[in-house]
Amino acid sequence: MKLNIVVLAKQVPDTRNVGKDAMTAEGTVNRAALPAIFNPEDLNALEQALRIKDLDPENVKVGIVTMGPPRAGEIIRQGLYRGADCGWLLTDRKSAGADTLATSYFLSKAIEKIDKEVGHVDIVLGGRQAIDGDTAQVGPQVAQKLGLNQVTYAEEVLKIEDGKATIRRHIDGGVETVVAPLPVVITVNGSAAPARPCNAKRVMKYKYATCPMERKGDEPWSDLYETRPYLTLGQWSIADCGADYEQCGLAGSPTKVSAVKSIVFQAKESQTLTSSDADIEGLVKELLDKNIIG
Amino acid sequence: MVDVKKLEYYLNNPLMKRIVELKERNFADKDQFEDAPVNYDDAIENYKRILAITDDVAKTIIEPNSESVDQEGPHLENNRMVYASKTYENLDATRKAGLWGISMPRRFGGLNLPITVFSMLSEMVSAADSGFQNVWSLQSCIDTLYEFGTPEQQAKYIPRICQGETMSMDLTEPDAGSDLQRVMLKATQDADGTWRLNGVKRFITNGDSDIHLVLARSEEGTRDGRGLSMFIYDKRDGGVDVRHIENKLGIHGSPTCELVYKNAKAELCGDRKLGLIKYVMSLMNGARLGIAAQSVGLEQEAYDQALAYAKERAQFGKKIITFPAVYDMLSRMKAKIDASRAVLYQTARYVDIYKTLEDISRERKLTPEERKEMKKYSRLADAFTPLGKGMTSEYANQNAYDCVSVHGGSGFIMEYKAQRLLRDARIFSIYEGTTQLQVVAAVRYITNGTYLGIMREMLAEDVCNCMKPLRDRVAKLVDLYEEAVEKVKADENQDEHDFLARRMYNMTGDIILSLLLLRDATNVPEEFAKSANVYVRMAEEECVGSHAYIMNFKADDLSNFVAE
Repeated sequence: MKLNIVVLAKQVPDTRNVGKDAMTAEGTVNRAALPAIFNPEDLNALEQALRIKDLDPENVKVGIVTMGPPRAGEIIRQGLYRGADCGWLLTDRKSAGADTLATSYFLSKAIEKIDKEVGHVDIVLGGRQAIDGDTAQVGPQVAQKLGLNQVTYAEEVLKIEDGKATIRRHIDGGVETVVAPLPVVITVNGSAAPARPCNAKRVMKYKYATCPMERKGDEPWSDLYETRPYLTLGQWSIADCGADYEQCGLAGSPTKVSAVKSIVFQAKESQTLTSSDADIEGLVKELLDKNIIG
Repeated sequence: MVDVKKLEYYLNNPLMKRIVELKERNFADKDQFEDAPVNYDDAIENYKRILAITDDVAKTIIEPNSESVDQEGPHLENNRMVYASKTYENLDATRKAGLWGISMPRRFGGLNLPITVFSMLSEMVSAADSGFQNVWSLQSCIDTLYEFGTPEQQAKYIPRICQGETMSMDLTEPDAGSDLQRVMLKATQDADGTWRLNGVKRFITNGDSDIHLVLARSEEGTRDGRGLSMFIYDKRDGGVDVRHIENKLGIHGSPTCELVYKNAKAELCGDRKLGLIKYVMSLMNGARLGIAAQSVGLEQEAYDQALAYAKERAQFGKKIITFPAVYDMLSRMKAKIDASRAVLYQTARYVDIYKTLEDISRERKLTPEERKEMKKYSRLADAFTPLGKGMTSEYANQNAYDCVSVHGGSGFIMEYKAQRLLRDARIFSIYEGTTQLQVVAAVRYITNGTYLGIMREMLAEDVCNCMKPLRDRVAKLVDLYEEAVEKVKADENQDEHDFLARRMYNMTGDIILSLLLLRDATNVPEEFAKSANVYVRMAEEECVGSHAYIMNFKADDLSNFVAE
């Protein structure tokens, strides 16, 4: 069965091991001080895509779409190293400063373009959320803009059959299995299977693969770009995707960050209660008075 | 765990240029295979990338699984071996990462990597779990099938190994351990020429593998090595049962099996009667290098564990790393690692050059210069392999022992990794030829002056100024060595010669490893000067003692030693 899968992936600062200089004086993330990595839950999403591909490698195609500055081309390479077939970097000066609304707009326009020009898109997979924003909004917004079904918090795509995807998703206190007709947008939870390692042969094959904007032109291997077309990765601007500048980047982002505060939770006062009837009755009364229970 | 950046130093060795040139046949694959390098720099870049992939698999999958694998171990189910459950995860990860068929040509689906790079990967895998390193690195048995198998056998089996099928070498039997001439497993031919194997093999590492190389007696009525041939047994054909899995002290991730061959179909590999004298020797040399790499990986892990503990643990109001008695141990451990790497990669480079030339000689006629080069490096590889295997495997044991010592009482507690390293290391100086057998393999190069020639040549090399005083001290050790060896030879007593061989071997190893370290310290003083300083001191300590031992020894003294 022919199946085209797009994996949405983001390059993020590694906020898992932060040092002292992780934040700027203004309270924003100091991207220069943190290594740029493949957003962890996007790796879980990629693994789900590759597992579908494993079942029918010839007919299932996996493409990576990432939005970011030229260096985010590394995300596409990381995808290719693990088994993806191709990828597109969405890069444009005017897409800088995008919030989730503007990001999902640009992504959805790119998916529409892939659907029209490359091949019908059956499944869009992405991580639940990125570790630099933790919003979990982009996947659902992409589904909304494309008018597609969406399944969030997925842990495993169990099967694709008769134009339907059966998906196990993580819910509070357990899991549930849902069936969704294709095309569908699926966001994957961090509790899903981890991504496979990079493959030696694929790394050797694709190690010099770059988007045109990543190139300086004086690379010792420049002449390979002439003879090996697979070393040139897809790269699209806002205009390439037929998107509206007003809805991209800062211009298309209604979200405004007014302030960032560092919150430290601490117990200011505490009281000790025993299991005596009097103490318990006192507590219940207090909770009722403060409308915490009722 | 192994620091990839440290290994890159060994990729910068000047011999690598020649190795890459030979291995890549002047980059002939570049238009045919997308993963083939286009030039030297590209090949080195590929090697670095593969080191990084292996590092990732070792650190994120194999090491985190290692404790569970050690505790669970393999088990027997309906005459089949079942790995510890996490071993399957490790295998799956190495397959997805494409770390199979490492040394095989690309036309079979291999990565065409030099043995030097394979040894680096082995070291990293071993630091993560030395038991799993066996299961994975036994893929190098395919080198022997590639070398001696028919084109049909190559086409049938090599692609399967490149896809991640596992291997074993079925050599030892209940009555044939170190003495493989006594192998009794019987190989007979049906009327149609099909070979059948019958008998028992014991202590077979990864013995329920997919493809076995088997040493068997094909010549009825013979009793020595000349009646043995090598066979390929394909598990898909059936006929071999696992009767027992050994319950071992360590390397629980590596199943050790007793196999029963019941009329198992097999293919002859290479020529009859050359099984032991040619093919097993080839297998063994590869395996010994593998154990050297395994040893270095464990040496490193033992050091890392000890260092981390010494930095954390405080006694008498101070971190224990500040006590001379503790940093004495740590510095020796570190020096042994650096010396071990020096000899491991030197050996691997020698093997790479002569093996690749040998391979080329099957494609075309070598030039007279190439034949000379092949002979030179083959001889060096033969001399260095027993030194590499023996010295590194003993050091792995010493580092594991010191790792426990640095941990104090905690080192004796099962919750700490130190005890596992100690258990795992113990087999390294036993299997694939005990240290005592490495001495036997090395002794002829001691008495014929090969090592002495190498020492004198290396002494004549330029070293940086800061290493000159140490070099002069090593020169004195070489004189002591020469005197001791001459004394043993002059005594002309075989028993005394055999008895003192180990001391002569140790002196050889101490001196050659010292000289290799001086070279490294000259190249990158900030990385190796300390280790060179510590190691040469250890060499002095042992060589002076061994010299005295040998010089004062008379054949009559043996009577004090003969055990009754």
